[in-house]
Amino acid sequence: MAAVQETVDRVRQIDVDQYRYGFETIIESEKAPKGLSEDTVRYISAKKNEPAWMLEWRLEAYRRWLTMEEPKWARVEYPKIDFQDIYYYSAPKPKKTIGSIDEIDPEILETYKKLGIPLREIEALEGVVRPEGERKIAVDAVFDSVSVATTFQKELKQAGVIFMPISEAIREHPELVKQYLGTVVPTSDNFYATLNSAVFSDGSFVYVPPGVRCPMELSTYFRINERNTGQFERTLIIADKGAYVSYLEGCTAPQRDENQLHAAVVELVTLDDAEIKYSTVQNWYPGNSEGKGGIYNFVTKRGDCRGDNSKISWTQVETGSAITWKYPSCILRGDNSRGEFYSIAISNGYQQVDSGTKMIHLGKNTTSRIISKGIAAGKSQNTYRGLVTAHRKATNARNFTACDSLLIGDQCGAHTVPYIEAKNASTLFEHEATTSKISEDVLFYCIQRGLSQEEAVGLVVNGFVKDVLQQLPMEFAVEAQKLISISLEGSVG
Amino acid sequence: MTALLEVKDLQVRVDDREILHGLTMTVNGGEVHAIMGPNGSGKSTLSHVIAGKPGYEVTGGEILFKGEDLLEMEPDERAAKGVFLAFQYPVEIPGVTTMNFLRTAVNAQRKARGEDEYLVPDFLRKVREVAASLNIPMDMLKRGVNVGFSGGEKKRNEVLQMALFQPSLCILDEMDSGLDIDALRVAADGVNALRSPDRAMVVITHYQRLLNYIVPDVVHVMSQGRVVKSGGKELALELEATGYAQYEEVAA
Repeated sequence: MAAVQETVDRVRQIDVDQYRYGFETIIESEKAPKGLSEDTVRYISAKKNEPAWMLEWRLEAYRRWLTMEEPKWARVEYPKIDFQDIYYYSAPKPKKTIGSIDEIDPEILETYKKLGIPLREIEALEGVVRPEGERKIAVDAVFDSVSVATTFQKELKQAGVIFMPISEAIREHPELVKQYLGTVVPTSDNFYATLNSAVFSDGSFVYVPPGVRCPMELSTYFRINERNTGQFERTLIIADKGAYVSYLEGCTAPQRDENQLHAAVVELVTLDDAEIKYSTVQNWYPGNSEGKGGIYNFVTKRGDCRGDNSKISWTQVETGSAITWKYPSCILRGDNSRGEFYSIAISNGYQQVDSGTKMIHLGKNTTSRIISKGIAAGKSQNTYRGLVTAHRKATNARNFTACDSLLIGDQCGAHTVPYIEAKNASTLFEHEATTSKISEDVLFYCIQRGLSQEEAVGLVVNGFVKDVLQQLPMEFAVEAQKLISISLEGSVG
Repeated sequence: MTALLEVKDLQVRVDDREILHGLTMTVNGGEVHAIMGPNGSGKSTLSHVIAGKPGYEVTGGEILFKGEDLLEMEPDERAAKGVFLAFQYPVEIPGVTTMNFLRTAVNAQRKARGEDEYLVPDFLRKVREVAASLNIPMDMLKRGVNVGFSGGEKKRNEVLQMALFQPSLCILDEMDSGLDIDALRVAADGVNALRSPDRAMVVITHYQRLLNYIVPDVVHVMSQGRVVKSGGKELALELEATGYAQYEEVAA
C-alpha cells in the first residue's frame, strides 16, 4: 500500500541506519529488521531487559496473533496493511538537537501558539537544548525528566503511588504487573490488542495503593515521558481499594508523528470503592488534504470495575488520525459500580472515525452513562458504535446514552450504530440520538453579529460539545476547546 | 450630507429568478422608514441583501452605506460598521449561553473596528443595564441563545443586541410576527428608546399595527420587487384601509 510505503521510506531515511546497526549487532545472523517474527519479539524483549516470563507472555501473544484476522466490521476503509512492511521497534528517535526556538518549523510554532502553549513548554516538547547553567524556570522543571523524577516522583512516592514506564515496572514491580497485565484486555482479545501484546514498546504503569487519593493529575509528566513512545503503547493503571487517580493522556501539541500504524492497549482496574478518571486528547496527523498519509489508530481501551462501588470514567477528545478505531469500555463487574464515557470525535478532510464504547453490566445496581458528540466535516465519515449490555444477574442495571452528531457541509457522513442487550427484566436502558447540521441560517445569524465564518463555526461547535468539555480537567478543557476550533479550520466556505 | 443608506436601482436574483427589479431608496440618519408590501414583494430579500446573506446574486445597481460600497464588504464587516438586522425568526444556538454570545459578538465587532475588547466587569455592567431597561431577567442570559425562548423573548433578545451594539442602521424584519400585543409593546418601546439623530431604522412589516408603536417618518410600498409608492406615515393607514391590490396592478 502506497501510504505505508511512503511512511516506511521516510522512516528509513530518518533513522533506519542506526536502527539496523543496533539490530544486527545483537542478532547478527538475523534477517532485515522490518517485519514481524518471533525474533522481532525477542529483540524487543531483550531491548527492554525483560524477565523470561514477560518474553514468554509476548511470544504467546505473537503465536496467537498469527492465527487471527483483522476485524472488518468497522465502517472504515483503507488499503490492506502489510504487517511485514512495518518496523515494530522504533526506539525513541534521537531528537535533533535544536539550539533555540527560532529553529523550529514556523508552521508548528504557529499551531502551538494557537493552542496557547507557553514558549518554554514548546521548547521542551520540541527538544530545544538550553545552554548549561542557564536558570531553569518552573515550566522547564516540569518538562525536564530529571526534575520530574526528583520533585514529582518524590511527592508521589510519599503518597505511595507508583508511576513509571511500564518497562521499568516489569522489572521493579513484577508481582503487580503479573497480577494485572492482560487481565482486562487478554492477549487473545482482538487482532490489534494481541499484536500490541506481542510487540508493545512502552507506556505507563500506575498503581495507587488502598485509600490513597493521588495527590496530582498524572499529566504533565506523561507529556515528556511518552512523547517518543512508538506505535505500540501499553498502559496499565490500578486503583486499589478506595483509591482515586485522574490520568490525562495525550499530547495536546500537534505531534506530527509519521508512524502509520498505532495499536495501543490501555487497561484500567478499580477495586472496591476506587475510581479512575482517564482523559485523552488525541490530535495525531490526520493526513493531508487529499487524504494521503495520516495515522491509523487502532486502540483497545478497557476498564474493569472489579470491586464493588467502583467507578471508571473515560473522557476523550479525538481530532486527529486518518482512521480511528477505538472503543474505550467498562466492565461493570462489582455491584453498584459505575462506568462513564464522554466523547468528542471530530473528523475533517478524509478522516474516518469509528468510535464508541461498551458498557458491560455484570454486577447488581450498576449504572453507566454515555455522552457522545460526533462532528463530521469535509469529506469525513464519523460513526458512533456502542454496546450496552446487561447480564442476567445484573439486576437493576441502568444506562443512559445520548449520541449527537453534527454535520458541517454536505459531503460528510455521521452514523450511529447502537447495540443494546438487556438480559434481565429489571434493566432500564435509555438511548437518545440526534443528527443535525450546522445550518446556513445559524452561521449567518452569528456572522451578522460580527463573528467571522470560522469564529461562528467554532462557537456553534463548542456549544454542541459543551457537556463533554465540562468533563475534562480545567487545564485540558481550554486547550481542547482551541484544538476543536483549529481542527475545523477551513471546514466551511 | 451623505445619506446613511442609499439603495440605487438594485437588481437581485435568486436561482435565476429576479426578485428585485431596480429598487431605489434613500435613508438619512435619524429617520425611521417603514417598508410595507404583500408577501413575495421582496421586502425580506432587501433586508438580507443589505446584511449580506449568501444566496443572493446582485445583478445591477448598488448599495452605499455612509458613502461606502456595502456590497463589497463581508457580512461580518458590515456588522462591525454598524449594520444590524433584527431577524424575523432568530435562530437557536444550543450550548452557547446568551451572555457568551453577546460578549463574543461585541468583542468581534470592537476588534474589527480596532477598538479594545470589553473587560468582563465593564461588559457585565453594560449588559445588566440594558437588560434591565428591556425587562430581560439575567437568568435568560444564562440560557442557550434563544433556546426555549418564547416569541416575545426572542424579539427582546434581538432588541437587547441592538441596544448593546449601538448600530447606525437597524433593519427590523417583521418584528411583529408571532408577538402578542403586550410583547409587541415591550419590544417597540425598546426600539423607540434607540431612536437617535445619528441612527436610522428600516422597519419591514405587513401590517400597520406595528407602526402604531414605532411611528415612521417615511413609508414605502413595495410590490413585485420595486418601491411603487412612498409617503408619510398616513400612507400606512391608507394601505390598511385599501389593501395592496391596487399597487400590484401598478407594478404589473
